[in-house]
Amino acid sequence: MKKIIAVAAFAMLIAGCSSTPTTDGGAPVQEGTAPSGPSAGAVDGRSVAGDPLNDPNHPLYKSLQARSVFFDYDSDAIKSEFVPVVEAHARFLRDNANRKVLIQGNADERGSREYNLGLGQRRADAIKSRMTLLGANAGQIESTSLGEEKPRCTEATETCYGENRRGDLVY
Amino acid sequence: MTLLIRVLSLGLLLLAGQAHAQLNIEITGGGANQIPIAIAPFAGESALPASITQVIEADLARSGRFRTLFVPPQNPALSDATAVDLSAWRARTADALAVGGVYPQAGGRVEVRFKLYDVPRQASLGGLSFTVAPNQTRPVAHRIADYIYEKLTGDRGVFSTRMAYVVKAGPNYQLQIADADGVNPQTALSSREPIISPAWSPDGSQIAYVSFENKRPVVYAHSLQTGQRRALAKFPGSNSAPAWSPDGRQLAVALSKEGGTQIYLINADGPGVQRLTRTRAIDTEPFFAPDGRSIYFTSDRGGSPQIYRTPVSGGRAERVTLSGSYNVSPRVSPDGRTLAYIAREGGRFQVAVLDLASGQSQVLTDTQRDESPSFAPNGKMILYATEVGGRGVLSITSSDGRVNPQRLSVPAADVREPAWGPYPSN
Repeated sequence: MKKIIAVAAFAMLIAGCSSTPTTDGGAPVQEGTAPSGPSAGAVDGRSVAGDPLNDPNHPLYKSLQARSVFFDYDSDAIKSEFVPVVEAHARFLRDNANRKVLIQGNADERGSREYNLGLGQRRADAIKSRMTLLGANAGQIESTSLGEEKPRCTEATETCYGENRRGDLVY
Repeated sequence: MTLLIRVLSLGLLLLAGQAHAQLNIEITGGGANQIPIAIAPFAGESALPASITQVIEADLARSGRFRTLFVPPQNPALSDATAVDLSAWRARTADALAVGGVYPQAGGRVEVRFKLYDVPRQASLGGLSFTVAPNQTRPVAHRIADYIYEKLTGDRGVFSTRMAYVVKAGPNYQLQIADADGVNPQTALSSREPIISPAWSPDGSQIAYVSFENKRPVVYAHSLQTGQRRALAKFPGSNSAPAWSPDGRQLAVALSKEGGTQIYLINADGPGVQRLTRTRAIDTEPFFAPDGRSIYFTSDRGGSPQIYRTPVSGGRAERVTLSGSYNVSPRVSPDGRTLAYIAREGGRFQVAVLDLASGQSQVLTDTQRDESPSFAPNGKMILYATEVGGRGVLSITSSDGRVNPQRLSVPAADVREPAWGPYPSN
């Protein structure tokens, strides 16, 4: 159900964007040349209806707020409850060709730091792969890993480890 | 240049001609078979800011291979300049006697002289002399301890080496370098973001490490002489696990620039990158064999992380660890015969060693969360990170597992990611 609403909202946005010039006095969409670098992604879209990533009034805002995908132990399989997260961001990238995202994979703290960096990379790669299947361009997505170095939770419990086995999308 | 001046000012010279005297002391290397040695307080050292004798004694005790005997006050004080009655020391069950003195020189400098005797054979084992500033006697003491260690055990001492490690205090990370006894810590890099995997260049002039300050791991090399650093591997994705080739001209690194985590060779100076492994697995933690011809690494190509070896020239990788479900972080001993690594057994991560000729393996520690083993340059000790009471500490154990581990910790901070440096080049 949520998914349908999100898709509908997305369709409305697309329709709104394609009608140029806009009637609400906003500037037309510019195919801005996005400066490189992780912090400089937000260029196009913002001037019209606000940035869907940051503007709470944007119809896509809510669907793009979830930016973490959690994984099982020693696994890079994207669980069904996180498929909508991946799909929403994949569509956003597909429809905003000059936006870029950095996917940071993470692992829990058990074992070798470098091998855990590899596990985090594998998770980030899995998210990237799924997003490209859904129409995002591989060039828009950089997958990297923080391994076990940036835990969200620092207790030695299974719950905590689960929070740390994740991929974060950073725009 | 400064290095050259330091070498000259140290003024190393052998005092006696018996430097090549053969030893009759059995090399045991075991904590149960420690060599009893008497070290007479160095005559005149009370005028120095710090005791030379204490530094020597602490070095030898830390090695686990010596037991220092109490030397009662003598009148006149024993020194390199006084006659010694070795038969009296035999009665006190000393296998060796060290004596020395500190002598003021022109310009405020001091000469430190030292002699070593084989007590059972009643023979001189030579000695050393150094002329230094009075506040520079700590390196001299380490050199004397190295001399004693080598004469009495047959192995080169590592007391003049340094180690690198990462201190995490609150949100701050520091890459530090300290003397092998933990003294004189210097901070090479301070960061709010993690630092891992420091690796010494073979000549000890640079440390490569991984920093997360750019939202992704990047491999840098830090020059200890200039304090400057440069990016060695800064490709999109992850750049990590640097390991220097024995000639210092290349590094093996783990990169994800083509997807996955794979091992590549890069040049230490300038561009050039060459892919070494080609799998869909995680291939990481490369470490060069001392002959530079093969690389040991961790891979989960067989389903669980295990240690493999591959020729640097390319070719098939062969699996090295054959038992267990999790064997990672390979490091090869300087003689190429022993592999140290981390083995997971029943939920415990422990330092293990594998005899590469026989395939025999042995767990060395009884801790739970060991990481990052690192051989001393003489191969006799292994430095590693572990956790004690929820705190990250460093530990040193003998590579035969016979000496009880010693711990190095920093108050109110975690210490991790140790790397034992090479022999000093002077």
